[in-house]
Amino acid sequence: MAQPEPELVTIHIMGKGYRVPKGLTIMKAMEYSGYRLIRGAGCRGGFCGACGTVYRTKGDWRLKVGLACQTVVEDGMYLTQIPFYPANKAVYDLAELKPGLATLLRLYPELPRCLGCNTCTRVCPQGIDVMDYMARAMRGDVAGVADRSFDCIMCGLCASRCPAEEVQYNVAILARRLYARYLAPPARHLAERVREIEEGRYDEELDRFVQMDPAELKKLYNARDIEA
Amino acid sequence: MYTANMLKSMARVEETRERRLQEKFPRLGPDEKDELLRRFHPDFREDTQRPVKVGPNAGDRMPHELVDLLEARSVVEPGAVDLDEPDYDVDVLVIGGGGAGAAAALTAHAHGADVLLVTKLRLGDANTMMAQGGIQAADKPNDSPVIHYLDVMGGGGFTNRPELVRALTADAPLVIRWLEELGCMFSKEADGTMMTIHGGGTSRKRMHFARDYTGAEIMRTLRDELLNRGINVVEFCAALELVLDDGGRCAGAVLQNLETGRLLVARARTTILATGGFGRIHVSGFPTSNHYGATADGLVMAYRAGARLVYLDATQFHPTGVAYPEQMLGQLVTEKVRGLGAQLVNAEGEQFVFPLETRDAVSAAIIRECFERGRGFVTETGQHGVWLDSPMIERIHGPGTVRAELPAMFRQYERFGIDMSSQPILIYPTLHYQNGGVEIDEFGRCPQVPGLYVAGEAAGGIHGRNRLMGNSLLDILVFGRRAGAHAAGEVSRIGLSRPTLDHVARFNREVEAAGLGRITAPILLPDYVRR
Repeated sequence: MAQPEPELVTIHIMGKGYRVPKGLTIMKAMEYSGYRLIRGAGCRGGFCGACGTVYRTKGDWRLKVGLACQTVVEDGMYLTQIPFYPANKAVYDLAELKPGLATLLRLYPELPRCLGCNTCTRVCPQGIDVMDYMARAMRGDVAGVADRSFDCIMCGLCASRCPAEEVQYNVAILARRLYARYLAPPARHLAERVREIEEGRYDEELDRFVQMDPAELKKLYNARDIEA
Repeated sequence: MYTANMLKSMARVEETRERRLQEKFPRLGPDEKDELLRRFHPDFREDTQRPVKVGPNAGDRMPHELVDLLEARSVVEPGAVDLDEPDYDVDVLVIGGGGAGAAAALTAHAHGADVLLVTKLRLGDANTMMAQGGIQAADKPNDSPVIHYLDVMGGGGFTNRPELVRALTADAPLVIRWLEELGCMFSKEADGTMMTIHGGGTSRKRMHFARDYTGAEIMRTLRDELLNRGINVVEFCAALELVLDDGGRCAGAVLQNLETGRLLVARARTTILATGGFGRIHVSGFPTSNHYGATADGLVMAYRAGARLVYLDATQFHPTGVAYPEQMLGQLVTEKVRGLGAQLVNAEGEQFVFPLETRDAVSAAIIRECFERGRGFVTETGQHGVWLDSPMIERIHGPGTVRAELPAMFRQYERFGIDMSSQPILIYPTLHYQNGGVEIDEFGRCPQVPGLYVAGEAAGGIHGRNRLMGNSLLDILVFGRRAGAHAAGEVSRIGLSRPTLDHVARFNREVEAAGLGRITAPILLPDYVRR
């Protein structure tokens, strides 16, 4: 089947103009234009945050940011990728932390500098209300930060645009780890099963299965009961 | 945004929905399933594979695209690298920065080893990050590692290496516990009970998840911990060849800084290969759900060093890859969508397969529905597909469930004007996973190359010819940890003699003698540049 000629638009990659088919993502448009990406490409599905991009659209003075693998090109778009961003990450031993405001402030003392400008929320490609979770962080609401920031892919676009130089995504992962380690109740059934395994409760039966004739194993498999 | 034709086909899906809510499509019988796979699964087609002519697996059939790489010359000129002045000299070298590599590095470091982790992209840029569905572990009272063992063996068609499955299922709860301690945010009930659901081929609800970012949550936690531990991580640094000492023991690797092009040498007492799979070589021309870096580099390097490969003729196609919109082609629609009750439906609005058969069977059934029975939907770009009736989830579990349980999926479709909570989505199988890989033992050791460990998707035998959902996030951590611990434990016993690349020179000669070697490998990254 002959493909119809695609409609082309003009984009400017780091100032140079290229004609690319309408509807492509920025990433595919760069490859179409001849770029073989090393930095700035990852999962290509909006999960990894490798492809943060700054752009401006025709007739608009505003700078926008987005993921190259998820943002569709527009005619007259000016763009450049952000290959790396030197944001701070606090180093800590999770086992020695307490889940609360004091910990957040000690590791990220810039936290109260937030101006409440909402830029982080506006630029988040995941649609997360970043400023809201930062407000929760400033109140020491670790569980709230963990919950509200959960979909963060750590692309760093929030930090790249923050006038207060906050590193929102690193505050968020600290809160999630604190929450999961200290505030969410531990799974008792899991601890119990780990104990059984360490005591060797299943060793004998597993050994028997490992030695079992495949035909016998197949019979057991086909007859196994399936939880509804 | 759906086209008018799509909306018309969708209307049929909507018409039959209420009836289908009551309908339970029968599971395939064992013979029926064999027949389906033989006739419709791409692995069994004559024209997709050929025997490799050189190396330890000479004569074994594998996909053309992989054989091309195994029959290639090295990108390294063996005589041109000075191995005697290494740039790094460490106990344990970990190659690969995904889940397996991160788990291996953390564990080796915890056992006191001096660890270097190199990765050709960023730390965490790997398929691990993209795994949405979940991770299996038998930690509920109605379950046990033995029942899990049986499910894994059955899912793999009883071709799995039993001792590897034993390790996988017995370590599974230990891995979940490790992650819980690291502050990995699993979805839990208010009392701390892990939420678990079914996946394809499971007999118990043992799929743990972290909303629908399970892999991402695990990967970002491990990455954070690696940075906290101060482990030396070098990004955009690819391995090109393994180095052996003149006794045939693995002694490190030749690396390349991908930004400057400069070659580097790492000397290491033990080496853990965690380079992932081969999705980005696009076996049989299929679109792929895989990460940009999944180019089989580890297979190529290990093969030249003498490692045997197993089950690389078995490729996993994930039954539900995106068929529309074009911008998302090949991306994964997590199995959790079916786990939550969405059915697979043809263009006439009828079910044609039980939604939670094993992945190979569901994929084959979709290919049959589209090509033999002609009851798929064909898009304007010629892409075939069937409907995945995601709005059923809201009917079964209540309004808002799709958004709450599948936020990542929901958001991806929303970007292109599709609301998957009220509209079904068009899917087709996508190249998802390399079932086989380098042969290993239960400690991740490569039997043919002392000092070399392999973990994660690069390793083979754990899943036999077919992996079940939720056992890959598990295997990367089980065998990453096992390899890391064992490698660190060996360090004090190992003395290395003269490092060489003689095996590479030998392999190049073998390739040349066979009239092959017109291309070079590893390729490191796919080439999507328009010529």
